[in-house]
Amino acid sequence: MGECNMLELKNLSFSVEENGKQKEILHDLNLSIDNSKFVVITGPNGSGKSTLAKLIMGIEKPTSGQILFDGEDITRLSITERAKRGISFAFQQPVRFKGIRVHDLLRLAAGKDISIAEACNYLSEVGLCARDYIEREINSSLSGGELKRIEIATLLARQTKLSVFDEPEAGIDLWSFQNLIRIFENMQKEIKDSSIIIISHQERILRIADEIVLLSGGTIKKQGSVEDILPELIGTTAAVDACEKLK
Amino acid sequence: MLGLDDISKMILNEVADITDEPDGAYNFRVNSQLAGRNTTENINIVSKENGSGIDIFIKPGTKGENLHIPVVINESGVKETVYNDFFIGDNCDVTIVAGCGIDNCGAHDSQHDGVHRFYVGKNSRIKYVEKHFGSGSGDGKRILNPVTEVYMEENGVMEMEMEQIKGVDSTNRMTIAELKAGAKLLIKERLMTHGEQTAVSGYKVSLNGEGSTADVVSRSVARDTSSQTFNACISGNAPCSGHTECDSIIMDSGKILAIPSLEANDVDAMLVHEAAIGKIAGDQLIKLMTLGLTEAEAEQQIINGFLS
Repeated sequence: MGECNMLELKNLSFSVEENGKQKEILHDLNLSIDNSKFVVITGPNGSGKSTLAKLIMGIEKPTSGQILFDGEDITRLSITERAKRGISFAFQQPVRFKGIRVHDLLRLAAGKDISIAEACNYLSEVGLCARDYIEREINSSLSGGELKRIEIATLLARQTKLSVFDEPEAGIDLWSFQNLIRIFENMQKEIKDSSIIIISHQERILRIADEIVLLSGGTIKKQGSVEDILPELIGTTAAVDACEKLK
Repeated sequence: MLGLDDISKMILNEVADITDEPDGAYNFRVNSQLAGRNTTENINIVSKENGSGIDIFIKPGTKGENLHIPVVINESGVKETVYNDFFIGDNCDVTIVAGCGIDNCGAHDSQHDGVHRFYVGKNSRIKYVEKHFGSGSGDGKRILNPVTEVYMEENGVMEMEMEQIKGVDSTNRMTIAELKAGAKLLIKERLMTHGEQTAVSGYKVSLNGEGSTADVVSRSVARDTSSQTFNACISGNAPCSGHTECDSIIMDSGKILAIPSLEANDVDAMLVHEAAIGKIAGDQLIKLMTLGLTEAEAEQQIINGFLS
């Protein structure tokens, strides 16, 4: 396929009503993401990063503008239809379900019955032992970190062309930073032409991006390679060093 | 199997997973008549002299045996009250599968009120599975009002799974249990009401002996305009521990009243109750939709999981 725009956001705006007034979260945003790209969207808190991710998945609908996926206008498509076309989404705060087990969720994600061995592959990728987790319910007995890893495993099982991760590193202990990065690399290798969008302000994730998109005040301030963008971000809240946070 | 018609067979399969003559002891009751019985060396079944039900005698030390006692009603207008008494000796380990299915295609109400009394011997372990099911397109209602009484001797264990997922128009169920020292009662109730159905489920568990424990967990879903009442009371009358949990999903115009209550009459009684009622969380639906499920499919998965 070569260079081709997998995802195009055209003049995208999104506003919400707050105290009877319209508050604009995103304003006339334009962004193109090619095949086989690893894009990190960063920016200060409240810059509209998570909203942008939700607009791509269809969880929020834009006030105006257009979203194209593989050339098709998906602006009016539901979450389900977008999922079926090959977009997946990892929640910043994964959802809990009483009675639904890890195996069930992976099966639903894969869209077919998967064996314990297959489920084990996905779980071991995220550092969980299948034997301990496969029958566990996705309820409050799991820690935030465990839920987060299971959330990532569901995206591995989905095997979609575009994967959007909303702050995947938040709540995951430092163990997993390297592993997380390895997971993203493997995902791209395994699925031809696939792209990954990550919402993050962790410097270590920014460093491995093909492209960094800096969002501020609801618009794109800058977009470019790590070399072009990262030096300016170091020391700002758009690029936080993990160890700094621990101090 | 036993010359039963197709509807009876379907209901037997639904309430007791029976497709063929079961292993072990059984007693089939179809439209208020005895339709088949088998006893074993250790499990005896005797009709009560006044015809109001059966007495079941399980010999002390009986292990690994099953007992099936399903009830089928497929005639419209049948109304019955049945008393089944279970006398379980000491040191047993037995599985009892009950269940009642009503298929009512007629205009008259059909009703089965089953009263089950269990006398559980010392150190005996009983697993009791009860499923209720209704079907049929008639205007006549399908009504089930079970009463279950459990009297447990020292160190007995009773595990009860009670499920009513579909088709019963009206149910008023009451479960009473009295536990002696070291006895353990585990109850798992699953209930779903739809249409205009009403369900009342009450529990009165008395922990009378030192070290007795009870765990009563109910999960329910109320859809359409159906209504449910859950009323569970655990009394701690000795050093004991009790837990009750009522967790419900409410949908459409359903109504749910949960009244968990605890009564401590001993300073060392440790009692806990939890109750939660809520609709399906929007983020649960969204998560499953991001996996490619439609909203209706997502809802079904969430309910199936919740009631599993």
